[in-house]
Amino acid sequence: MRKLLILSTALTVVGYAAQADVTVMSWGGAYGEAQTEAHVKPFAAKTGIVTTMVDSDNPATPIKAMVEAGDVTIDVASVEYADAIRLCDEGLLEPIDIASLPAGADGVAAADDFLPGAVTECGVSTDIWANIYAYDTTKLTGTVPVTAADFFDLGKFPGKRGLKKGAKAVLEFALMGDGVAPADIYAMMGTPEGIDRAFAKLDSIKSEVVWWEAGAQPPQLLADGEVVMTTAYNGRIFNAAVNEGKPFAIVWDGQIYENEMYVVPKGSPNKDEAMQFIQFATSTEGLQAQAMQISYGPARKSANATEILFKDGKTVMGPNLPTAPANLANALESSSAFWVDKDAELNERFNAWLAAN
Amino acid sequence: MTDMTAGMFTTGILTTSDGRPLKAALARAQRRAKWRAFLLVLPLLAFVLVTFVVPIGTMLKRSVYHDGFSAAAPALGAWFAGHPQGAEIDETAYAALVIDLRQMQANKTAGSAGTRVNYNLSGAISLFKAGARNAVDLQPPYKEALLALDARWGEPLMWTAMRASASAYTADFYLVAADMERNAEGGVQLVDENRQIYKYLFVKTFVLSALITLLCLLLSFPIAHLLAVLPMARANLLMILVLLPFWTSLLVRTTSWIALLQEQGIVNDILVWLRVLGDDGRIRMIYNQAGTVIVMTHILLPFMVLPLYSVMKTIPPSYARAARSLGATSWTTFRRIYLPQTLPGIAAGSLLVFILAVGYYITPALVGGAEGQLISNFIDFHMDKSNWSLAAAIAAVLLAAVLVLYWLYDRLIGIDRLKLG
Repeated sequence: MRKLLILSTALTVVGYAAQADVTVMSWGGAYGEAQTEAHVKPFAAKTGIVTTMVDSDNPATPIKAMVEAGDVTIDVASVEYADAIRLCDEGLLEPIDIASLPAGADGVAAADDFLPGAVTECGVSTDIWANIYAYDTTKLTGTVPVTAADFFDLGKFPGKRGLKKGAKAVLEFALMGDGVAPADIYAMMGTPEGIDRAFAKLDSIKSEVVWWEAGAQPPQLLADGEVVMTTAYNGRIFNAAVNEGKPFAIVWDGQIYENEMYVVPKGSPNKDEAMQFIQFATSTEGLQAQAMQISYGPARKSANATEILFKDGKTVMGPNLPTAPANLANALESSSAFWVDKDAELNERFNAWLAAN
Repeated sequence: MTDMTAGMFTTGILTTSDGRPLKAALARAQRRAKWRAFLLVLPLLAFVLVTFVVPIGTMLKRSVYHDGFSAAAPALGAWFAGHPQGAEIDETAYAALVIDLRQMQANKTAGSAGTRVNYNLSGAISLFKAGARNAVDLQPPYKEALLALDARWGEPLMWTAMRASASAYTADFYLVAADMERNAEGGVQLVDENRQIYKYLFVKTFVLSALITLLCLLLSFPIAHLLAVLPMARANLLMILVLLPFWTSLLVRTTSWIALLQEQGIVNDILVWLRVLGDDGRIRMIYNQAGTVIVMTHILLPFMVLPLYSVMKTIPPSYARAARSLGATSWTTFRRIYLPQTLPGIAAGSLLVFILAVGYYITPALVGGAEGQLISNFIDFHMDKSNWSLAAAIAAVLLAAVLVLYWLYDRLIGIDRLKLG
């Protein structure tokens, strides 16, 4: 039986290897589409390697099962920063050498061209995205929310709120809504009192919260009128507003931004092609091409040097990116160091808090 | 020949015509038949073994086995083996720790070692990674050097967590599943009240499953009775109506309930249209506990109807008629004659629905919102967070609970009376 299993696994691997095509797993929706248009299709056209995109609610999730079962069916995954670190720690990802990445369009070596932290042991940034909150301008007329505190103000803005179901970014947002300065957030969250304070703030709106899980849900919740305002990934709201003409507005105050990382699962059947894909996608042109599709910022200095136009040919992307100076006025960079350590403990507390009525 | 005949007469053993003892010949023939029967079930046996016993065994092993730290820290493991809990953490312990940290840096195992300790005490991952990065430069005395690097290296809780992680076989994940943790002395205690969740979830899962089973029973009983007593043609039509949802995809049924029950959904729209509710007073019927109960009751209904029906079909109507002719009221007839005869069906249906409900995952995930989540959703949660050992421990507790129920059922009602259709 064991031999049979080994044999069949080996045959499967041979089958995949013979195909030598790259499978990229991303988040679906507007984001997956952007990466398909900006990276997958041009890469296939340029190299002749068949490249396909598959969707997942969170591409970091299936990697451990695949690697442990020795049946890795994807070659590249687009994962959150903290997940890229955690999976790398657990030995589930292939290391990526920063020297193998192409230099910027202006000739600066990759190590100097990428923004700090954008290349880690096992991952390369594909963009910088943000957790923001948004509202429907046709439903909220008159006074509109402008600060993180407004999100938690049920007196001023009655109605349901959409929030991501999970401790990460929600606790930070609650503290910013409570008036804590971004620089103090993680120091405060390291103490039990800080965590209590975040949960107390969440308690104040708990009865009105609709929890979402997939990135495509918040625009839908807003469009359906199920919520008055909701946290969301900024690109999804941008896409709904600019591409689909929805009357949504983004509040940048209290945004939490981080790098999104391309990683290669350990034992990827087409590792060399996967590395080629990442080199292609995270070049200056690759990052700019993605920023033309969705409002997530490139993590290379050279890619930010020139103005980027949205694919409609008229919307200037600069002010819509999380990294625009105006949007960074009251913003927090998500701390992977904090979440790698505290994810388990805080999610336990978060789940206990959710379950208690 | 004469010897054998003589032997036959002296011991009185019957033989076959070729002289072999009858008993042996019979056993041989039966053995052959048994082998044939065994070979016939062999494919199924192998299938069950590969797809059921092996995975469950692997899961159970994972719930008590995690070598992330023990494999990466052999020197510290040896130190712990030689120094029982309560021994002073002296320079030799720190020296062993530094040896291991250096090794972790060389093998790139600091992350996985830290991950294992982090399950016992959060904060360990960054501590180990920073420790391993700097281990090469550390000079003796190592205790001072490590404490200067990070004061947490001196915390008794950290050392208890490392001691617990230092053996690959551990009950730690069952501790977490019971809302417990280790204290600095190595004993166990309940975690802070605001982090206790698993016991609550187990209780909630069982209470909700019992409620769903009860609702299924109340709804199914009349339907099954109707199915059993109606003329064949109409009973068949009714049966198709029962089975049709059974054949429809689970996801389709669940999402159609979302369309029906959501705040902008059909049921709320009708209630608003009928002016039962105001437009701003729409009821929240989904994405909460009520949603989980309603949708799961609907989905599990056929599992109650079918066993009930199969039992009711075999109850002769003459019993009830006899009771009535002897003067029993219709209620007494139902209570004392009909109901007791349906008990095997009730028991089978309830057992089936309850066990299915206890492990149900996709429906609560889709319609349960925040408060309608069951324990299986948290097994999934920990699979996603790649803490498979904890997921396995919770699953093992669930498995044990179901087995206990099954055993109770066998003692109280008898498994041989189970009729599934």
